[in-house]
Amino acid sequence: MKLSREEVEHVALLARLQLSEEEVELYTEQLNSILGYAEMLQKLETDQVFPTAHAVQLFNVLREDEVKPSMSRDKILKNAPDEDDGFFRVPKIV
Amino acid sequence: MTIFKSLEELHHMLVQKEISCVELTRAYLDYVDSADCWVKAFLTVTADSALTKATEIDKKITAGESLGPLEGLPMALKDNMCTEGIPTTCGSRILENFNPPYNATVTERLNAAGAVLVGKLNMDEFAMGSSTENSGYYPTANPWHLDRVPGGSSGGSAACVAAREVPFALGSDTGGSIRQPAAFCGVVGLKPTYGAVSRYGLVAFASSLDQIGPLTTNVKDNALVLNTIAGHDPKDSTSVPFVKPDYTQFLEKNVKGLKIGIPDEYFASGLNPDVAEVIQKAIRTFESLGAEVERCSLPHTEYAMPAYYIIAPAECSSNLARYDGVRYGYRAEADDMSEMFKKTREKGFGQEVKRRIMLGTYALSSGYYDAYYLKAQKVRTLIKQDFDRAFAKYDVLLSPTAPTTAYKIGEKSDPLAMYMGDVYTIPVNLAGLPAISVPAGFVDGMPVGMQLISKHFDEGTLYKAAYAFEQNTEYHLQMPALLKEVR
Repeated sequence: MKLSREEVEHVALLARLQLSEEEVELYTEQLNSILGYAEMLQKLETDQVFPTAHAVQLFNVLREDEVKPSMSRDKILKNAPDEDDGFFRVPKIV
Repeated sequence: MTIFKSLEELHHMLVQKEISCVELTRAYLDYVDSADCWVKAFLTVTADSALTKATEIDKKITAGESLGPLEGLPMALKDNMCTEGIPTTCGSRILENFNPPYNATVTERLNAAGAVLVGKLNMDEFAMGSSTENSGYYPTANPWHLDRVPGGSSGGSAACVAAREVPFALGSDTGGSIRQPAAFCGVVGLKPTYGAVSRYGLVAFASSLDQIGPLTTNVKDNALVLNTIAGHDPKDSTSVPFVKPDYTQFLEKNVKGLKIGIPDEYFASGLNPDVAEVIQKAIRTFESLGAEVERCSLPHTEYAMPAYYIIAPAECSSNLARYDGVRYGYRAEADDMSEMFKKTREKGFGQEVKRRIMLGTYALSSGYYDAYYLKAQKVRTLIKQDFDRAFAKYDVLLSPTAPTTAYKIGEKSDPLAMYMGDVYTIPVNLAGLPAISVPAGFVDGMPVGMQLISKHFDEGTLYKAAYAFEQNTEYHLQMPALLKEVR
């Protein structure tokens, strides 16, 4: 499988990344190189192998369903690039 | 000089009132002031809050209260661990102005233990990289040779400990990011078992691989820090409930009968012959101490790298989707939302981060998921099974930590060539195992690290082996020449 420039541009759109012409060029080459290297995984027969998402067994974490105060709105909005009247302010959508 | 001492020695000085906590903290801050213009390990120095905390500790000492092992001792944290009200940038411009509204669990635990935070440390952006050249701010230098990289992504953590700017620091390890810089800088770095240390408040890169661990100048200090930060945390769903031992109880000089496996695949082509010789000498040291050493095989080792470079970017693309300029961090000006997201991420992220986001987005996209991501997760199972078989026979596996010593800043521009530097550390993360890098010798004046790996939650055996080696060698006692010049 070889990635084309158009596919790289499509992936950038999916990832919400704006790329310059040079970056599209660079990433097309580098992604192909890395994915070409990853092709060696196909040499292994894995039909009967179960995938591992976490190497250490996970446990459910449950707690009592108690009402507790959450972090204050002011504290959270302190990091907002733009806020207004207790809301995150963003460019007009419609 | 007072500050070139172990945690145990510094603790003793405080208890014996040979120095006050304020004096000690000021000595470290002064030293950081003079040394860090060369090393550039720090992104933020928290002098005021450090001195305030030191004053509180001095009141305890005056009141005759007993001190815990880390109480009053300076520390620094990699800048991907949240510190309430103190900038946490992850080495990225996109988080340049981010002051977390909460502490990471490791921060809470160290604060509660009385450790004094003197600052936050430089790193490859979002922990992606092997040299700390990918920081959004500036590269950190290796204290042993200032034109060389300190390793990455915890390069700031390793360099500041090697330069004795702090007696201990925390790093995070996704594919070797504690052990490889520890090796390059000649310090002790432990990557604990996945789930042994809480990741709550650690800015996520690849969630199934990331793990926080300590970097110190010696093995005992490392065990002391792990004692404080390890243990179950209900705030982290991947944190494992286990009975935490006192890790210092494992420190003994005797390794008679310890079974050590030497994986053939870790000594194949690509390993620098001089580094190989240093590690062979280390193996002979273990033999002379009565350990039983035997060659063994981890047959799927060569598949670990390609599997990692599918799995880690896939998880990264998902984790980094949150940086959109809406709730925190940098925001680019734009007329509409879609444009704002794209411009924010374009300007906020560096090249390595964008490359991995692209790679991960592709690997997870429709039509390619099975061929790349699912396949890589299946190969991960085979790698884990290799280790399971090895640990049925051996207590510890021994290898080089990295195939070379620290290379020159700017020397490696090809991403694949750079990725190869983590070839011996990555399999450990895929299998969730604990591993430690300890100083094992020098090549042309640059440190070489030896990696020891054990089974899940068996950090005690790692410390036992590492301590025995350390106590029978003197590599950890050597210091970079830079220190003599600065002091």
